[in-house]
Parts: sequence; C-alpha cells; structure tokens
Amino acid sequence: MRERFIHELRAGISFVNRNFNLTKRYWKWEVVFLIWTIANAVSIGFIGKWTGSFSSAEISTDYITMYMLLGSILWGYLSVVFEVVSETVSWERWEDTIEYTFMAPVKRVTHLLSVCGYAALYALLRTVFILLVLTLFFDIQLTGANYSAAFLMLVIASFSFMGLGICAAVLPLISPEKGAQMVGIFSSILLMFSGVYYDIGILPAWMQFIAKGSPATYALRGIRNTILEGSAFWSQMENIWPLVLMSFIFIPIGIGLFSRAEAWAKKNGKLKRSG
Amino acid sequence: MTYALEANLICKNFLRKNKKPVQALQDVNLRIPQNTVYGLLGPNGSGKSTFIRIASTLLIPDSGQLSILGHDVKTQSNDVKWLINRVSVEASFFRNLSAFENLLFSAGLYGVSRKSAIQRIFDITDRIGLDRKRLNERIRDYSRGMQQKVAIARALITQPPVLLLDEPTTGLDPRAKLEVQELIRVMREKLDVTIVLTTHDMTEAEKMCDKVAIIHNGKVVVDGDPDYLMEQLPKTQQKPTFEEVFLHFTGVDFTEAEKEVSA
Repeated sequence: MRERFIHELRAGISFVNRNFNLTKRYWKWEVVFLIWTIANAVSIGFIGKWTGSFSSAEISTDYITMYMLLGSILWGYLSVVFEVVSETVSWERWEDTIEYTFMAPVKRVTHLLSVCGYAALYALLRTVFILLVLTLFFDIQLTGANYSAAFLMLVIASFSFMGLGICAAVLPLISPEKGAQMVGIFSSILLMFSGVYYDIGILPAWMQFIAKGSPATYALRGIRNTILEGSAFWSQMENIWPLVLMSFIFIPIGIGLFSRAEAWAKKNGKLKRSG
Repeated sequence: MTYALEANLICKNFLRKNKKPVQALQDVNLRIPQNTVYGLLGPNGSGKSTFIRIASTLLIPDSGQLSILGHDVKTQSNDVKWLINRVSVEASFFRNLSAFENLLFSAGLYGVSRKSAIQRIFDITDRIGLDRKRLNERIRDYSRGMQQKVAIARALITQPPVLLLDEPTTGLDPRAKLEVQELIRVMREKLDVTIVLTTHDMTEAEKMCDKVAIIHNGKVVVDGDPDYLMEQLPKTQQKPTFEEVFLHFTGVDFTEAEKEVSA
C-alpha cells in the first residue's frame, strides 16, 4: 500500500516536472500569451476609465475600472487553469506521446490531479506577474481589500475549474480532429455567461439561468466583493457553497468521464490520431 | 507453462473514415515462450501494429484473450503495464525536451526514484552507446537513429520482462538500422527479456528472431522456427529466402502485398 502510494507520488511529481520543463522550453510562446493577456487587461481597464468621460458623476470610474480589471485578471487565472487541464490530451497528441503516457502504470486520477496542481501553481504565478504589471498602468487603490478572503475564494474556485477542465479534456480524447476546437468554444461560452466584465443581472433571464451553473459566476462575484468591498470570507457563503458543491461534483464526474472516454478510445482505436 | 505472451482468437475490427469496416485481426492465436525473440512478420497494414497495441493495453480487442505472463490485458491492464514496454516506429518524445528530461519523466511514471533513474539512465545509455554529453540536447536535434536508441533506452529503464518492438528499424538509414539491430541482439544476450519484434523486413526477421509468425490480412498464416519454415518449401539448391517463404504460405508476393496496402 505504502509502495503504491510512493509510486503514484513519484508519477505525480514527474507530470509536474514535465509540465514545468515544457513551459520552460516553450518560453517564447509563454511570453507571447503573457503580453496578449496583459494588453487585453490594460485595454479593458482603460475602457472602464473611459466611461468617466461620458457617465454621470454618480458612477465611480475607479470602481468600474477595478471591476473590469478584476474580471480580466480573474478570468486570466481561471481560464489558464481550465486550459492547461483541458489541453492535457491535445498537448500529448500534438507531441505524439499520448500512447506512452497511457501505457504507463499510473492511475488516471494521479495523472489528472497532478496536471491540475501544476495548472493552479502556474496560473497563480502568472496572475501575480500580470497584477504587478498592471500597477504600472493604473493607480490601483485597494486599501480596504480583504486579500486573504480573496485568496481563499480563488483557491476554492480553482477546484471547480479543475473539474471543468477535466470534463473538457474528454473532448480531444473522443474526437482527435475536433476536440481541441470544441474546448475553445466551451471556454468562450463560459466567458460570455459568467459575468467576467459585467454583472450577470444585465443578462437576459435565460442567460442568467445558465450563468448559475458556471463556477466563474460565483468566483468573480465573491472575489470582487472581498477586493472591492473588503467583505469578510464568511460573508460570502452564498458564493462559497456553490463553488464547493461544484468542485465535489465536477472533479469526480470529470475523472469518471475521462476514464470512460479512455476506455471508449481504446475500444475504437482513437488514442492515436491515425487510428 | 506460462508464456510471455499468449493470444487466443484475437479479433479487432475498425471503421474507416468512409464507415467501411476493416478486419485488422482475425482469430489470431500466438504463444510466445519466455526469453525468446519472436518476430511478427508481414507487409504494412497486415495487423502487426494492431496486435502490438492490444498487447500494450492501448487497444481493447473486440473478442478473444491476450495475456502477458498470465495477466489478461483487458481485465488486468494495470498489472500488464508493469510487465511491458514498447518501442514504436515513431520515436514519440517531447521533442523540445532533452533526452535526459524525457527519460527521467518516463522513469518517474514507473515509480523509479530520481536517484535510481539517473543511475539507470547512465547505465543504459553507456550500454547502448549514447554519448552522455548529448543527453542534455533536445530530442529534435537528434538523428532518427539516435532517437530510436533513446526510445529503446526509455523502454529498458523500466526493466520490463516483455519488450514490444514495433518496427524499430523502419525508416532508419542502413548504419542506424545495423546499430539498432546490434542493440536488440545485445539485449537478447544480456537481459532476461522476451522480445516481440514486428517487421516487414524479411532479412531482419531471419537474422534476429528465434521464432516467427507470418501475418497477412490480419491472420496468422504460419508460425515456427525460421529454419523449420524454410524446410517446408520444395528443396532447391539454394536456401530459400523469407520472401519465398511468405509467397509459399500466403500465395502472395511480398512486394505485391506491400503495394496492395499502400494502394
């Protein structure tokens, strides 16, 4: 039993190391995406600032700017967690290593959770860097922010996004040709429904109904409350519970779906693109 | 007697993109004794790689049973994974990682500690003639022959009792091909390992294998010692070639069989 645990632990560390090495080797692409994200966040922040020039005096430009910036930063974090996890299969297909990884005696749960762990760590470091760069562009006043509560919310939200990522990783497994594109569609739909740059209250009723099923809705609302209003962690229970619940639902469902999809792919010769 | 690999009535069908069914394997029966080099010989598209993928737990057969050292690939796939490793025709590495990083990753997946893995990497690379200094270079900068040697090193690091070599010399230049063949010969002599070698190179099969099975259109046509198979042909002054053996047992010219598939 202990031996088995040590083996799985070593395998998990290997996945994290591999991903770290890959990030290191493809650093030029990392820089491209980082600049793209920063440029996006800065542009969105300026849109918020610009509203001051045509809005009534009752609207706080600073508040809107921070609202938009937080949306952009948080989406940057959550979407990276989602993408790294959901691209587990696409990446291996692209490198043509998928058969070797799936042939190794590692539990799929170890494989997926270690990729999730790396994704969260990587996304966190990336977000901190983006935040630092943004301070050069905007006079960010967050004296009343409750950082520890915001961080806890972020950690809790990460689990539900990992679960969603694992569910999405099933798509490239069952469809070698179109799976990766389908993940992209899924990610942009999530962005549209979850109130990243606006309150979901402005959405049509049917969209608001769908938004309730997205963990990003609760994560963004909770983190905005703790940062912009300085709300206490425990005052955010209405946002915490859905996130906890979704983590407990999405992660096991994701792992279960992935295992079934793997068996299906092995049955139908879909592990390898050429079959 | 426990065979290294035992296949009973293995069938596997696929659907082509045009939905046309293909019978990749039809009632394949094989018994591969331990510590032998067993050749699966056949033209491209004959079903060799499908068979190797089933043995590697990467494909599930439609029917039949395949076991590795007594463990069923379908119901005991986790046990089987510990007993095998595979080298495929494409070396399949993370191309932008170094050979060392790739090997360390593979060893980790099999639960080998970092310290032992480094020791094994150096032992194996020395044995197979890979320059230690080049281990930190990216795999994409290696020649095909070098990549294939690293692929063999990756398989050996996990010390599997059964090694599945799926056309390891295909596409290599003549020198690299000889080097890889020499490496297989060394493994056979020095390691306690059963090697299943698929090839469409008749000379290679004759040179490397203790036993062979000829596979054509997803069926095992004949199996046995290479010399025994040759003896079945009408006596001539010259020793028959493996191409002649193939023609004798399948009724199809080997070169024609290759052309049929590529068409």
